[in-house]
Amino acid sequence: MDILTDLLAWFADPAQWTGDTGIPARVGEHVHYSLLGLLLSAAVAVPLGLLTGHTGVGGFLTTSLANFARALPTIGVLFLIVLAAGIGLVPVLCALVALAVPPILVNTHEGVRGVEPRLRDAALGMGMRGHQVLLRLELPVAVPLILIGMRTAAVQVVATATIAAYVGVGGLGRYIVDGQARQDLTMMLGGSALVVLLAVLTTLLFAGLRRLLVAPGLRAGAVA
Amino acid sequence: MITETWDWIARVAEWGAANWSHPGDPDRGVLPRLAEHMRLSYLSILIGLALALPLGLACVRWKRLYPPVLTGVNVLYAVPSIALFFLMLPYTGFSDWTAVVPLALYTLVILLPNVVDGLRQVPDHVRQAAVAMGFGPLRRLVYVETPVAVPVIIAGLRVASVATISMVSVASLVGLGGLGRLILSDGFRRQFDAPIVIGIVLTVLLAFVTDAVLVIARRLLTPWARGSGGGGGLPRRRRRAAVPAGAGAAAGPEAADAERARHPAQTGTTAKERRPWTS
Repeated sequence: MDILTDLLAWFADPAQWTGDTGIPARVGEHVHYSLLGLLLSAAVAVPLGLLTGHTGVGGFLTTSLANFARALPTIGVLFLIVLAAGIGLVPVLCALVALAVPPILVNTHEGVRGVEPRLRDAALGMGMRGHQVLLRLELPVAVPLILIGMRTAAVQVVATATIAAYVGVGGLGRYIVDGQARQDLTMMLGGSALVVLLAVLTTLLFAGLRRLLVAPGLRAGAVA
Repeated sequence: MITETWDWIARVAEWGAANWSHPGDPDRGVLPRLAEHMRLSYLSILIGLALALPLGLACVRWKRLYPPVLTGVNVLYAVPSIALFFLMLPYTGFSDWTAVVPLALYTLVILLPNVVDGLRQVPDHVRQAAVAMGFGPLRRLVYVETPVAVPVIIAGLRVASVATISMVSVASLVGLGGLGRLILSDGFRRQFDAPIVIGIVLTVLLAFVTDAVLVIARRLLTPWARGSGGGGGLPRRRRRAAVPAGAGAAAGPEAADAERARHPAQTGTTAKERRPWTS
C-alpha cells in the first residue's frame, strides 16, 4: 500500500503538471509520436491492403509478412534503425511503422477478401466498375476488420513508443528511463501507469470509432 | 552495393561465429543468451498453458464465469509489456519471474479463448456417443473432449509462442531478456550492429522452429485430421455454422467479424485459413 500512496503523492504533486517535463507535456509527446506513427502506417497499409485484397495479387506475400513481423523483436528493429540513422524522431517513427503496418495490412487484405462473392457479383451486375466495387462495397464491408487491425496496431504503438525515451526523444518512457537511472521506483510506476491509461483510452477510442464508421447495415447484425 | 551488403553480412556472421560461446566464461557469448531466451519463453508458454487449461475448463463448466474472466485477461493485455516488467520489479527483483509472470499472463489472452472454443466446439453427437458408451465426465473429458479440442488449442499455442518469443527481448530493459540482452547490451550500448542483427535473426529463427515443432506436434496428436488438410477441419466447420446461410447478406461479414473479435487467435491459425490479426 506504501507504493500506492507514493504513487498518488507523485500524481498529486503540482510540479508534475507544469513545464517541459511535466505530465501534460510528456503525454503530449507520447500521443504525438504514436499518432504520427499510426497515421503513417495506415496511409501505407490501408491502400496497399485494399489493392492486394481487391486484385487478389500478393495474398501469399501479406501472410508471410504477417508471420515474419509477429516474430520480429521490436526493440531490435528500433535499435538497429537508430544505429543506422542516428538518434531522432525518424528512427522511432520507422520502428513504429514497421510494427504497425503488418496488422493493418493483413486485416485490410482479409477484410476485402472476406466480402461475400454474392455481394461482389451483385455490385458488378448493377454495373459498378472495379474501383466502384472497391470503394462502395468492399471498403465499407471491410471497415470493422480494418478497425480491429488498427486498434491492435495502436495499442502496440502506444506501448512501444515508451522505448522512444531510450533513444532520447521523450515521451512517457522518460519517466521509466529516468526513474531507472535514479532508482526512483515511484517515478517508473507513475510512467507505467500513464502508459497503461493511454493504452486503455486507445482501446476505448476505437470502440467509439467503430460506432461512427461502421455502416448501419453492418451494425444491425452485431448483437454480440 | 551488392558487394558491400555481402561484406556486411559476412562481417555479422563472423562476429556471431567468433562470439558464439566462450569456454572460459559460460555466461558470455551468443549461445547462453539463446538458451536464456528459450528458457524464459518456453517457461512462460508452459505456465500460460497450465493456467489456461483449468481456467478454460472452469469457464466451460460455469458459463457465467467466462465473460468477466475474458474481459479481465483482455484488460491485462492492454497493459504494455515494458510497463508490466517494471511493475514486477519491486516484487520479484531480477529473477526470471519478472519476465515470466507478465509473459505467461499475456499468453492467456490467446490461449484461454482457444481452450474454451476448442472444448465448446466438440460436436454434441460425439459427446452423446461417449456418454452412451458409458464414459463418465472425467474420462469423457480426457479421452474424447480434450483430443477433439487439440487442434484449436495448438493453433492458439502457435500464435502465443511466436508472440512470446518476440516479446521476451523487451525484458532486456529490466536486465533479463535472453537475446534481447545481446541486442541492448552488446549491440546498442556499444553502438555495434552485428549483435543486434544476430539477436533479431536468432529470435525469428527460434520463433519459426517452435512454430514448426507445434505443427508437427499437432499432426502427431491428431492422426485423424491428417486427411482433411490438417487440423482446420473442425474449426472451419464451426465457423461456417456461425454464419447461417439464411442470414441477411449484410449480416454475414459482420457476424464473421464479431466472431473473430471474440476469438482473437482462432482465425489466425492454420496456414490455409484466413488470417486476420486481432491480438
